[in-house]
Amino acid sequence: MRYNVFSLIKNSFSGHKNWEPAWRDPVPQKEYDIIIVGGGGHGLATAYYLAKEHGLKNIAVLEKGWLGSGNIGRNTTIIRSNYMLPGNNPFYEWSMKLWENLEQDFNFNAMVSQRGVLNLCHTDAQRDAFARRGNAMRIDGVDAELLDREAVREMYPFFDYENARFPIKGGLLQKRGGTVRHDGVAWGYARGADSRGVDIIQHCEVKGIKVENGKVVGVDTNRGLIKCKKLGLATAGNSSETAKMVGMRLPMESHVLQAFVSEGLKPYIDGVVTFGAGHFYVSQSDKGGLVFGGDIDGYNSYARRGNLPMVEHVIEAGVAMIPSLSRVRVLRSWGGIMDMSMDGSPIIDKTHIEGLYLNAGWCYGGFKATPASGWCFAYTIAKDEPHKLNAAYRLDRFKTGHMLDEKGQGATPNLH
Amino acid sequence: MLIPCPHCGTRPVEEFTFLGDAAPTRPTTNDPSTMEAWYEYVYLRNNPRGAIEEYAHHSGGCRSWLVVSRNTETHEVFGAVPARDFTRAKGAKA
Amino acid sequence: MTSYRLDKGGLIDRSTALRFTFDGALHVGHQGDTLASALLANGVTLMGRSFKYHRPRSVITAGAAEPNALVELREGGRKEANTRATMIELYDGLVSKSQNNWPSLDFDVGALTSLASSVFVAGFYYKTFMWPKSFWEKIYEPIIRRAAGLGTASKLPDPDKYEKSYAHCDVLVIGSGPTGLMAALAAARQAKRVILADESSRLGGSLLNEQEEIGGTSGYEWTQGVIAELGSMPNVTLLPRTTIMGWFDGNIFGAVERVSDHLRVPDPYEPRQRYWKIHAKRAVLAAGAEERPVAFGGNDMPGVMTASAMRTYANRYAAAAGRSVVVFGGNDSIYRTARDLKSHGIHVEAIVDSRKESKADAAGTPVLRGALVADAVGGKAVKSVHLADGTHINCEAVAMSGGFSPIVNLACHRGKKPVWDAKLLAFLPPDNGEAFTVAGSAASRMLLSECLADGAAKGAVDGKPITVPKCRDEAFAISPLWWVKESHGKAFIDYQNDATAKDLPLAAREGYSDVELAKRYTTTGMATDQGKLGNINAIAILAEATGRTMDEVGTTTFRPFYTPVSFGAFTGPFTGHHFQPVRKTPLHDWAEEQGAVFVETGLWMRSSWFPREGEDWLASASREVLNTRGAVGICDVSTLGKIDVQGKDAGQFLDRLYCNTFSTLAVGKARYGLMLREDGIVYDDGTTSRLAEDHYVMTTTTANAAKVMAQMEFAHQALFPDLDVTYVSVTEQWAQMAVAGPKSRPTLQKLMDELVMTDESVPYMAALEVSIMGGIPARLFRLSFSGEHAYELAVPADYGSMVARAVMQAGDEFGITPYGVEALSIMRIEKGHVAGGELNGTTTAGDLGMGKMVSAKKDFIGRMMAQREGLTDPNRQAVVGIRPVNPADRIRAGAHLLKQDDTPSMKNDQGYVTGVAWSPMLDMWVGLALFANGRARHGEIVQVWDGLRGHRVMAEICDPMHFDKENKRLHA
Repeated sequence: MRYNVFSLIKNSFSGHKNWEPAWRDPVPQKEYDIIIVGGGGHGLATAYYLAKEHGLKNIAVLEKGWLGSGNIGRNTTIIRSNYMLPGNNPFYEWSMKLWENLEQDFNFNAMVSQRGVLNLCHTDAQRDAFARRGNAMRIDGVDAELLDREAVREMYPFFDYENARFPIKGGLLQKRGGTVRHDGVAWGYARGADSRGVDIIQHCEVKGIKVENGKVVGVDTNRGLIKCKKLGLATAGNSSETAKMVGMRLPMESHVLQAFVSEGLKPYIDGVVTFGAGHFYVSQSDKGGLVFGGDIDGYNSYARRGNLPMVEHVIEAGVAMIPSLSRVRVLRSWGGIMDMSMDGSPIIDKTHIEGLYLNAGWCYGGFKATPASGWCFAYTIAKDEPHKLNAAYRLDRFKTGHMLDEKGQGATPNLH
Repeated sequence: MLIPCPHCGTRPVEEFTFLGDAAPTRPTTNDPSTMEAWYEYVYLRNNPRGAIEEYAHHSGGCRSWLVVSRNTETHEVFGAVPARDFTRAKGAKA
Repeated sequence: MTSYRLDKGGLIDRSTALRFTFDGALHVGHQGDTLASALLANGVTLMGRSFKYHRPRSVITAGAAEPNALVELREGGRKEANTRATMIELYDGLVSKSQNNWPSLDFDVGALTSLASSVFVAGFYYKTFMWPKSFWEKIYEPIIRRAAGLGTASKLPDPDKYEKSYAHCDVLVIGSGPTGLMAALAAARQAKRVILADESSRLGGSLLNEQEEIGGTSGYEWTQGVIAELGSMPNVTLLPRTTIMGWFDGNIFGAVERVSDHLRVPDPYEPRQRYWKIHAKRAVLAAGAEERPVAFGGNDMPGVMTASAMRTYANRYAAAAGRSVVVFGGNDSIYRTARDLKSHGIHVEAIVDSRKESKADAAGTPVLRGALVADAVGGKAVKSVHLADGTHINCEAVAMSGGFSPIVNLACHRGKKPVWDAKLLAFLPPDNGEAFTVAGSAASRMLLSECLADGAAKGAVDGKPITVPKCRDEAFAISPLWWVKESHGKAFIDYQNDATAKDLPLAAREGYSDVELAKRYTTTGMATDQGKLGNINAIAILAEATGRTMDEVGTTTFRPFYTPVSFGAFTGPFTGHHFQPVRKTPLHDWAEEQGAVFVETGLWMRSSWFPREGEDWLASASREVLNTRGAVGICDVSTLGKIDVQGKDAGQFLDRLYCNTFSTLAVGKARYGLMLREDGIVYDDGTTSRLAEDHYVMTTTTANAAKVMAQMEFAHQALFPDLDVTYVSVTEQWAQMAVAGPKSRPTLQKLMDELVMTDESVPYMAALEVSIMGGIPARLFRLSFSGEHAYELAVPADYGSMVARAVMQAGDEFGITPYGVEALSIMRIEKGHVAGGELNGTTTAGDLGMGKMVSAKKDFIGRMMAQREGLTDPNRQAVVGIRPVNPADRIRAGAHLLKQDDTPSMKNDQGYVTGVAWSPMLDMWVGLALFANGRARHGEIVQVWDGLRGHRVMAEICDPMHFDKENKRLHA
């Protein structure tokens, strides 16, 4: 049943009793051509594009928890394509283009809202770095604007310009950046994949990966052995643990990133803004809550919850940027587990095992990448080779010295 | 989270800076044949869900590097030893 | 109208008259009132509008879980949106406003949405607003955003102050009702250090709200005795108005003490709120239980509230929710409700008990057993109720009780889930071990005697038990009562978000049957009360709709914060200029005297330029450069990291840290060093000098001073523990100034006590310990960042400004000028010296043109990984000089470089400009760039593409050294 205002009104007459489920609750088959491990944003998007772009059938997505229970359900919903390095920029811009047509594509309103992403700068060196970044965007046709202090003030007059420890000097604005209702992305992809025949199996935990003669043949799950010809791993946060099932060690650590939402407020801040003199970024959801976050706690963690020092750190930065936040109340905090990679960039690649593909290492930038990640991972699985958009996201780049390090922090995952 | 610093006593986590798994050991030779070992030392991590021994710098305290035993899933802290002792013990074992 | 204020009773001080306004109307209340109780007492029941349907709403609770009666409190920079009227202590001059309505609370146009409520079901917005595509951001979303949200936040700075505090205790008791008081007393009498915290304005918890008897006296009197005893004990800290908002690792509890929120403005020197981090060896959660509403039609109408809330308003605040009441529920507490109300002269029309049988004492009130309230009838106030069997009862208020949910939130903050008890119809707290136990009704003990005993036991643990006083118990029995399906009207589960009972089966039908999905799809539990009232009802309805047990459905995750916390509490005093500390160099005073303009550099304030009358930064910096290169200048370089390294193995240690060698450095000499990370990328640079065989002094860049120190500590302690070396940061102990220019030597000579400065006594790269100005110990380095004949002079920090003044005096005859970091930067770009723009964490020694410095004879950090093919590729971007073909053109940092005829694209990108300066020596803009295979391409003409600023010029790639290529000036 297509979603639109007419179907909504029609169903209201029957008390909404006749909606079809957005996805089935299938019993796992004995064998699939392709299994994707991880029913989060990237896994569901991968299945969706495998079916839609490559016409493949007989696909399953296995999710150990509930659909979208990973980082797709616990991020700060920001989309942007303000990257700098040649290996990153085209990929994220492709993701942005997919976002821009996503809802019509999968017939689900995920509230893609391009209200702008503004990064503030506070020093000459930061402004020079933004100029470099902005030009890297513009040179490839991505929108970017360098704002001076007065242009920032015009957008956000209630930020601290007069009493700040680190005065705002300007900012880099990407107007096409914005936010998306994160759960809606998972649900839209799930519904789209399901309607194309993909089996989405929730509460199905993969316990082992079966490899015979260097070739993947299936997975052991809490619901029994499920065979497959190809296996895609999209378990960010837990990638190292998944990879251990085939004896692989990955160049990453798992870290907890906290995020927060305030009580609901009438429109307060229109776009996404990141502070440049501390760890704080904020946007306001359509429901009215200020959604904000900062840095990872800094210690290895799989706990999906953090501690107070980072809460204080983030909120101090928030009030430094916007003094009037002082009397706003933070409602809830939560944590997600990040695959913090050794250069801050992801991996979408084949592995040394035939039929086994890896999608990992998203650090805390995975949400905005969801469409392109799914699209490229689907291509990589379907064609057994990376697409040129994910050609730089190779697993062996650390061995060869071809890191993609936007922040220049090196092999220290908690600094990316 | 509280870290039992062997020098300062139990101190809050905000005084510490973490550097990840202490298991990888820096190779002791620059022989070109050891490139793989160097790559693994610099880049590959076990990244365990559960018990870990990790480097933590008491940067806001005595400035000792420690090796803290902790559980990454529960955040339970079991103890901490000076990194110097940890390294020497590892060297003695090797 | 004051007819809802009961004639007597209550913990209010009737001798006070506190004037306050709500939506501009003036009312009067008493000390001891909350805003909610004062409004009720004044007959004001309409207090807010709901989120989606803009339904008229009043209080549902008398406490922290209140979802409806949220107001905008105070004005100007002190305005707080969404403040729970039930938690606001009344003060004279209080100003409050209703929120989420237009044009007024009474007549709210937004209520029209309820006409289309059959369309606006759970998740409707996911199914529409997609066509036409361009309408979402332009039309639909702006309307939704304006309609959404609750209160309006201030955009003015907050004038109040906040504090942060740490506390340590043996036992933290959370909640000061019967359980908490007993727990605190038991622990305190064992001489434990006890902190007792309660979110309410007064300690006593439910005993302030209820009619109880303990130890032969009233519950209230009993609390006063216990509180007095606790208050007299030096080992006890009482924290009323303090909410424990989260439980964290290490048994650390976050708390917010509302020090001044009960005042119009804080007293002088008092904070508005104080944030606590409490480390408790052991904690007892005695937070009580939350009463559940019942889902029936119109259960949100002003006048409908939980039974315990209605009792609290009557008993504690002497305020009646209505003159005639129907009490409805499925457990015995409804009987005590009827009795309490009656004791205050409030007429109870009937007790509607969903159970067919109960033994409780109705004390003469008519009881309708096996009956259900199906709908509240009225509009902005209850007029009557319809029962499921068609019975109609007129009343002004409805007290409802679906049961009691233990307040287990804190006990679940570290990941464990609560466990369903089918007999008690409650989720019980998980077992967290001895460090954090749960007692009393938070652990589902429903009798007062059980609570007192449990509190005493868990407060004492294995210590000496204390005597538990005797008390009167109210019998308690309960049957399930979640949703009255016979209802016609909307039955709300999550009040604030307008999620109804029917939304949950709809979510399940559509596939969102997991409790976490149902929550997100229906928004149940996502309002400011975080599901405190509604979640258990939601779980029950979802369980029934999907044929699962409560356990199988389970709860959603309990997350911090227990109740919302102001940002200000978390910031403490670290706001505005105090956001981060300010570091001033020892020469700061001197620079200020010289008229320096300072710039933030990390935490440092560095002198940036020294303008004279009428000069802008460029004119000033240009003059400073010309003056320095023409005569002499002095610059504060104290912010450079300075690390003193001593010991037998000091040289060997430095050899491990730097890619070049220091063990061979002669005593009395300095050497430029390059430090790599273990991944082979350049980390930092600086000069290091050897003052004695076993004594070096190292300098780092300003930005990396702390990081390099930490890296040294790691290298020594974790990698090379057997090296005999010690080192300490002396950045703040030494003032350091660069004195540069052809007249630098005669200038400094005047300060020297004995040293006669010649090229022989102080050769290039000399590093000497000298005595100046009649005995001040100093270090003299012949180093040059400017490319001039130059020195750096270091003196103990306290001498800094005095010595700088002396240098100024000595140089006066040569026309000495102070110069700042802008001039420094111009001169370094003229000379092609790399700095932060090139040391950007992705460049190799080779990229910087320093490949030859990298030793092949020793182990050092980064040696092996630097050899990877990706780091040795000749096509990597290398540092080059760049200058415009037309000297009148300007180039800017951050512009990208393209071959002369290429079109702009990432594929054609050849590099970018890392730094530029207006060179007063060359009379043009010159820069440095990172450029693909740069060193092989000197002389090539490129496009400097700056699309971001709409700018494109042609430039020539050249040697990084723009000025004095032969370094003649260095040795002049």
